[in-house]
Amino acid sequence: MREMISMVVVLTVLSAFAGGLLAAVKSGTEKRIENQILKFQKAPAIRQILSDVANDPMKDRFKIQDKDQSITFFVGKQENSTAVAFETKGKGYGGDIGLMVGIDLGSDEVVGMRVTTHAETPGLGSRAKDDTSFVSQFAGLSIKEAVFAVKNNGGDINAMSGATVTSKGLCVAASRAQELYLELKPEINQQIKQLAN
Amino acid sequence: MAQSMAKEFTKGLWAEIPLFRLVLGLCPALAVTKTVENGIGMGLATTFVLICSNLLVSLLRNIIPPKVRIACYIVIIATFVTVVELVMQAFTYQLFLQLGIFIPLIVVNCLVLGRAEAFAGKNPAHLAVADGVGMGVGFTLGLGALGAVRECLGAGTLLGSPVFGPDFQPFTFMVEAPGAFMGLGLMLCLMNLVGKK
Repeated sequence: MREMISMVVVLTVLSAFAGGLLAAVKSGTEKRIENQILKFQKAPAIRQILSDVANDPMKDRFKIQDKDQSITFFVGKQENSTAVAFETKGKGYGGDIGLMVGIDLGSDEVVGMRVTTHAETPGLGSRAKDDTSFVSQFAGLSIKEAVFAVKNNGGDINAMSGATVTSKGLCVAASRAQELYLELKPEINQQIKQLAN
Repeated sequence: MAQSMAKEFTKGLWAEIPLFRLVLGLCPALAVTKTVENGIGMGLATTFVLICSNLLVSLLRNIIPPKVRIACYIVIIATFVTVVELVMQAFTYQLFLQLGIFIPLIVVNCLVLGRAEAFAGKNPAHLAVADGVGMGVGFTLGLGALGAVRECLGAGTLLGSPVFGPDFQPFTFMVEAPGAFMGLGLMLCLMNLVGKK
């Protein structure tokens, strides 16, 4: 009996300490990790999507709170059009895939999409990031009309062969971007006006 | 005391060098040693985990009930591995991307658990730390050496800078998975030849 109790007590106390330590380290590194992801994963994707813009999209950004998550929007301005880029997530083969979606505010068309963070199988699902031919199918499609789903599911997108789950996950992320954009558009326009001032 | 500490430290460098004498921790050794940098990064991450887990296991060796010792060791090791993962994400993000899944997999690296079980659980803290440092450095050296061989032959570079003339044809087989087995096998063979009495 004594042994029983000591086993339970030791394991419980040890786990509690471990939990406490990890929570402390996590909250200590959270900000830096967010910055690193921004610098190494999101920034290159944003620069590719909003390529010939007059401003710096990494600086002109704002956050909008949608239900329980806050989404960062990056603004790219050209002479007579403005585009925003933001990230959504879809479920892939190896967990969440981040998809950066750029949308033109005037025409409501997709400017471009790029995969950011992912843990897909190298050589199969990872092609979504390394080879842009899949994500470039989205470019030019209208947010209001296009169906972001693979052809088998009645959509407009050709899936990557050998990476169906990744393709479907990216379509889910894209549809999520569609919803978010349509829902938050008035607020996005308002924020951009404030940014200009 | 200093003498016995030195003895525990040096045994990890040659007589019981983890990769080539104990032949422990082969999973990361085969997977991440494509380049010297990756090998050393992985080695240092493992060293940190080894030292911390050896110290803690040794300090707690009289408190931990024998029947749940493995569970306790795993809690301790997993905690430090997660700390390493978060810190790497925060400070050396590109290395983290390179090593990817193999960082969390340090938890199941039999070298770490092996040292906790075979050494730290039975010896006082100062010896356990010396053992951890020695084993860690030995492991890092082993990974670095294997990485150097593979990078040199497979890509013709060392730490990213070319070592052979421009006419060198890289032997790409060496940076792929089968090359890892060949490289490790040949190095083991060499170590046995050198160590033969």
